[in-house]
Amino acid sequence: MATKYTFTEKKDTRSGFGDGLTELGRTHPNVVALCADLVGSLKMADFIKENPERFIQTGIAEANMMGIAAGLATAGKIPFTGTFANFSTGRVYDQIRQSIAYSEKNVKVCASHAGVTLGEDGATHQILEDMGMMKMLPNFTVINPCDYNQTKAATIAIADYEGPVYLRFGRPKWPIFTDPNQKFEIGKALKLIEGTDVTIFATGHLVWKAIEAEAILQEQGISAEVINIHTIKPLDEQAILASVAKTGCAVSAEEHQMAGGLGESIASTLARNEPKPLEMVAVNDQFGESGKPEELLDKYGLSTENIVEKAKKAIQRKNS
Amino acid sequence: MEGKGEDMFFLSNGHISPVWYSVLAHAGFFDKKELGTFRQINSRLQGHPATEEDLPGIRVASGSLGQGLSVSIGAALSKKLDKDDSLVYTLMGDGEQQEGQVWEAVMFAGSKKVDNLIATIDYNGQQIDGPTDEVNPLGDLKAKYEAFGWEVITSDGNDLEGLAAAFDKAKALTGKGKPVLNLMTTVMGKGVDFMEGTHKWHGIAPNDEQLADALNQLEETLGDY
Repeated sequence: MATKYTFTEKKDTRSGFGDGLTELGRTHPNVVALCADLVGSLKMADFIKENPERFIQTGIAEANMMGIAAGLATAGKIPFTGTFANFSTGRVYDQIRQSIAYSEKNVKVCASHAGVTLGEDGATHQILEDMGMMKMLPNFTVINPCDYNQTKAATIAIADYEGPVYLRFGRPKWPIFTDPNQKFEIGKALKLIEGTDVTIFATGHLVWKAIEAEAILQEQGISAEVINIHTIKPLDEQAILASVAKTGCAVSAEEHQMAGGLGESIASTLARNEPKPLEMVAVNDQFGESGKPEELLDKYGLSTENIVEKAKKAIQRKNS
Repeated sequence: MEGKGEDMFFLSNGHISPVWYSVLAHAGFFDKKELGTFRQINSRLQGHPATEEDLPGIRVASGSLGQGLSVSIGAALSKKLDKDDSLVYTLMGDGEQQEGQVWEAVMFAGSKKVDNLIATIDYNGQQIDGPTDEVNPLGDLKAKYEAFGWEVITSDGNDLEGLAAAFDKAKALTGKGKPVLNLMTTVMGKGVDFMEGTHKWHGIAPNDEQLADALNQLEETLGDY
């Protein structure tokens, strides 16, 4: 299988966040980092070493952390909160809703260990509902980058955007295939591979799976377009509609519940404009469990093969 | 909004918005005439305080309880970073002390020595479902805050001169390594016989007759209500 993108190194997307934050510490004196007892997991050590006075350790008290972030933003700082995605959203939804979203605070909620690829810790920590919760909040921007380079670029980009942002990334080492010098544009879909028979819209870790799926489909004589949707909200509806107008059908791929995920946002866009067959690769109303990342992606229907299969199904529906 | 070089106030118990709006209007933040739009469609005076309408003086939304102390800590930490020696004030309700987030914030402010912060609790002993002592007793709040590393003073919130003196005392206690709590005892509905000391007027407006009766009983009504 010859993929159109290759990689020489794997790295966790959370390290992209950590390295992006370190860079921001050097360039943005107003950036302040907060963490609720997960400094190592969020890769914040370098920022803290270089800027000890601009780091706030709240201990295991995420609600308080979100409130403090809102207060810092009120006084003109750019706070970046760091904890697991589960504790960044569901645990503190009301604090985020009132003190950050409704209060229009320039807080960056940075969330690691999202999805089943968190692995062995199991379902208590593997949040699959976070993007849905966060995209429903007025004023919020929701970003789910796909590799180390994109996560680093996104971390840097959101500091210069005025408004609350949810930045979601993960734990496992993952192929690095995007440009290390990319400029991250919030809300802009990236066409990774041109194709004509079906469009695969992928976000987060599943973008690499979509690239692998395209190679398999190509061997079978199917031309798939692969588009990276790193910004779940605001959604690049124009890019989605333009691609599906050409290919006539689509597949969404994400490490998230089907309910509230990227697939539903795309379905809404298509339904309101030009309905076309859409298949969804996502977790279907289930909690995860302990296991290795790849085992879990297979078991919960998020594998390369699942994308291939759904792509063929979408084409079949288009032609029937 | 950013409050650089000036004291900042955050209201945590957002349901007392009518009082706050009145204070802001009388302090000149906006025209007193606007008070009449409270809770009506297209008003800047939302049922609970909000920033979306850009009402001067409101820096954060509140209403869902327990969040204001955390926000105040954030503002206070920002002042420390900026070497700004002005203070941050916050007001909480007593029933609000039942929220878990309050104690996350109390622990943080004490252990991290956020000593440019003066919090006040309106200790009226009443909440929506009845007396606080019946709903979920707060116990010894002074001892609890002290145990978390706070300096605590007490005051009578119905004695305005005494209250002003209490705040002078609170200010003198800032900058000494401890956040300061003003545990302010108040009598809800003070000065109006049918309102005094009961939780029944928590969220209910008097009718015209009751309003006239109440205003007649109060020595000071500022003359323009």
